[in-house]
Amino acid sequence: MDYVVEILLLMLGAVLVENYIFAKFLGICPFLGVSEKPDTALGMGFAVVFVMTLSSAATWAVYYLILVPFGLEYLETIAFILIIASLVQLIEMFLRKFVPALYGALGIYLPLITTNCAVLGSALLNIQNGYNFIESLAYGFSSAVGFTLAIVIFAGVRVRISFAEPPKSFRGTPIALIAAGLIAMAFSGFSGMSF
Amino acid sequence: MSKYTMKNVGAQFLDGLFYKNPVLMQLLGTCSTLAVTTSIVNAIGMGLSTTAVLIFSNIFISLLRKFIPKQIRIASYIVIISGFVTAIQLLIKAYLPDIDKSLGLFIPLIVVNCIILARAESFASKNPVLPSAVDGLTMGLGFTFALTVLATVRELIGAGTLFGVQVMPDFYEPAIIFILPSGAFLTLGCLIALMNKVMNAKQERDKKKALEAKRAAKAESAEASEDNEAENTSDIEASAAESAATAVKEEN
Repeated sequence: MDYVVEILLLMLGAVLVENYIFAKFLGICPFLGVSEKPDTALGMGFAVVFVMTLSSAATWAVYYLILVPFGLEYLETIAFILIIASLVQLIEMFLRKFVPALYGALGIYLPLITTNCAVLGSALLNIQNGYNFIESLAYGFSSAVGFTLAIVIFAGVRVRISFAEPPKSFRGTPIALIAAGLIAMAFSGFSGMSF
Repeated sequence: MSKYTMKNVGAQFLDGLFYKNPVLMQLLGTCSTLAVTTSIVNAIGMGLSTTAVLIFSNIFISLLRKFIPKQIRIASYIVIISGFVTAIQLLIKAYLPDIDKSLGLFIPLIVVNCIILARAESFASKNPVLPSAVDGLTMGLGFTFALTVLATVRELIGAGTLFGVQVMPDFYEPAIIFILPSGAFLTLGCLIALMNKVMNAKQERDKKKALEAKRAAKAESAEASEDNEAENTSDIEASAAESAATAVKEEN
């Protein structure tokens, strides 16, 4: 029972306190790139949840079952990025063949995920924090949920911004970044909490 | 193929540092930009390690550009890049342990820094080795430059120090918000807005200059021609140019 509570707290912390976007700065590129509309933001978010959960499991397995026994820990960056890239490719092929509906919804976001630093970041953090398999899976999943939460909130804010009229040089990215800063301020309210 | 001269190098430097600055103009590599700019030392460390990776990956991708099949080029680029990142990571761990500790996760994450893949795809895969190496250097320096500026603002306001040495007077209360994540977003937003303002002003100036040159040329040709009709038409043209100029002014 205690263990379950521990896992749940780990997940809650990963979503709110250690939010990938607003506290750890992982995955900012898609956060700024795919957040024009809430719909696309949600699609990207789901794709990231999907890939990040699977890649957490796959990278954990490869690290502890292949790299550690052969003393190849220093190859983790290369190994992980290859695993993620091929995993994304596999998921894409699998979805296209067997779940066309889901592929239609997530398809265009999948290739972008290979270079999403949140995915590689979570794989590396799982190892750095010494999580076991279950914890890695929970951490990967919940960080991705935190990413989705952040990107959807931000997309909503951006829709509102598009109606506003900021000074000429602030139009576009700068005003979006400032809005992100304000959301980050709200999220930093969670940072006092420790689970 | 045209000759590669010093003039090209100069243009590339200007592009990397200002006109196509990876962070300020192209918005690439924002993750590491925001994360490591809490202090100037970190920013320079990150900037230079990225520059090193960028130079080597550009050189190798340019060397191999005729051998890499098109379908698997992205995967090949990532393998090449991650090889160099691992090398740099091990070097930093061995010789600069402090930097390694403070940059932590973001050194391996250079692999997924979009700048490197973007330069590989859009420049190194199409150009010979020497320009590619220079491109890596200039883009890397542009990245370092942007990071250093950002870190200077954040460290000065957020901690009252530069390079870890206190420069603000004792009564200055550091605004911690600038060191916190939200400060990173705010500072970068303002910096990009500033860059936009400078670029807009330059564009307007160039436009006006071009218009003036055109008018001067027109006036000259009008003076030269003695034909009355020709003068009339050029007068009309000149007045059209003038109205365009006032339109530009009004836009301002």
